[in-house]
Amino acid sequence: MEREINHPRRLAAVAVLALAATPAWAEDAAGKIDPADTAWMISATGLVLMMTIPGLALFYCGMVRKKNVLATMAQSFACTALCSLLWFIVGYTLSFVGDGSWLGTFERLFLRNIGMDATSPFAPTIPELLFVVYQMTFAIITVALVAGAVADRMRFSAFLWFAAGWLIVVYVPIAHWVWGGGFLARAGLLDFAGGTVVHLNAGIAGLVAAYVVGKRHGYGTDNFSPYDLSLAVIGTGLLWVGWLGFNGGSALGANSRAVFAITATHLAASSGALTWMFLEWWTRGKPSVLGMITGAVAGLGTITPASGFVLPWHGVVIGLIAGAVCFCACTWLKRCLGYDDSLDVFGVHGIGGVTGTLLTGVFAVAALSASPDAPGSSGLLEGNPRQLLIQLYGVVAVLLWSGVLTYILLKVIAFLIPLRVSEQHEIEGLDLTQHGEALQ
Amino acid sequence: MKLVIAVIKPFKLDEVRDALVAVGVHGMTASEVKGYGRQKGHTEIYRGAEYAVNFLPKIRIEVAVPSERVAVVVDAIIASAKTGQIGDGKIFVTAIDQAVRIRTGETDVDAL
Repeated sequence: MEREINHPRRLAAVAVLALAATPAWAEDAAGKIDPADTAWMISATGLVLMMTIPGLALFYCGMVRKKNVLATMAQSFACTALCSLLWFIVGYTLSFVGDGSWLGTFERLFLRNIGMDATSPFAPTIPELLFVVYQMTFAIITVALVAGAVADRMRFSAFLWFAAGWLIVVYVPIAHWVWGGGFLARAGLLDFAGGTVVHLNAGIAGLVAAYVVGKRHGYGTDNFSPYDLSLAVIGTGLLWVGWLGFNGGSALGANSRAVFAITATHLAASSGALTWMFLEWWTRGKPSVLGMITGAVAGLGTITPASGFVLPWHGVVIGLIAGAVCFCACTWLKRCLGYDDSLDVFGVHGIGGVTGTLLTGVFAVAALSASPDAPGSSGLLEGNPRQLLIQLYGVVAVLLWSGVLTYILLKVIAFLIPLRVSEQHEIEGLDLTQHGEALQ
Repeated sequence: MKLVIAVIKPFKLDEVRDALVAVGVHGMTASEVKGYGRQKGHTEIYRGAEYAVNFLPKIRIEVAVPSERVAVVVDAIIASAKTGQIGDGKIFVTAIDQAVRIRTGETDVDAL
């Protein structure tokens, strides 16, 4: 079955069908607003925002101890508000306006000069303002993801400074490089919905932040068992559903490619969840709920860069690999390296992001990204080993920039204010000491 | 008068209560407690991190009975709370010096 689909002539047929069914997507950058594309992208924007509030907030807060539940939710919530305003002021224009290799321009500062008919060259069939808000939700969740690595101990004020700085100096340049026409886009890096920009970026930043902020008090000796995993299960459900808008929406239109992306995404989440579950069952004796939901998130993060470039069965394989690789990262690699990444941002999103970005270079099917002007991008399986090298180049570039700049940013903030709460406050809990509230 | 204190598995509470009512016990006090004996807790694993949970949730019930009823009450608790598995709990019996019903001022066996 798969082999048949992979046959070049079959692929050409798939491409023709896909194009015939989706004239809006196939059109070049003429900039005519399409109602169907606009409707889907408004929905997708809502889905992606839902991933952070309440999705990620619930996923994260269910995994910390009772005394830090509200503080963990506060990080996701504050991130949403703060990053939205920064995206409005400067984030969008520096990411997606202009054709510089490294950074955009200030032309759309405060979203000036965007009229009713304006479209972005990156999404020519929807209003530019919709593209702005859609991309805003990506910036929000990426910053909110990093928070999981420093949960239970980072001061709220320091976190706000970090979130604001990190959005500007790390997220914005990388989004421009990969999606805004920067040097990685020109090199041909394939990242459909954020394997490098979102997951690898947040993962490596989380790892660096976990090292700089330091281990939690009592790490390795005290009982850090989660307060309420049922909250984490609900959060994962919201993430999973929202992810259909995250990856499906990255097609930037209501078309077949969005449906291919949604299908691969859903299948990868499913095979990721089952892989982690069975591995844990086999090695630890019980199939834990935390394992199942972590496997699903690993599958979702890993399929993200590949989702619009691959066939459904690739999604199943990518999810399977994701479940296995991230399981090893969280249970074995983490112990070997000795870092305290509270909620495994690096083990799940960092490792998943690298894996998915590289696998995109393996599995990419040209027919899915083909247009009348361009043949589409092939991966290793279609006889294009060079794509894998380009993917590796993208991984290294993002890894270095995110890792180094996160380190510098945290050191600068630490020079001005303490990064973490006092030991006494950490023992007492962040809910009470940072926010003056507590669960009863 | 004797005070019968039993520490039992939480899900056995309703069965024990029914058994005690059946042998004529009119009242009891139950509280949620944590403890361990031979069962010695268990291990929880979260993404590979293992935590030993030493204190397990139990229910502690207290029943005050006339001395001659102790054997019947203890037998009823044993019969209803027993699963045969480790962690079924324990029963302690102690003497009561005095008992007073607050509403009426009745004392000792009349107050039970």
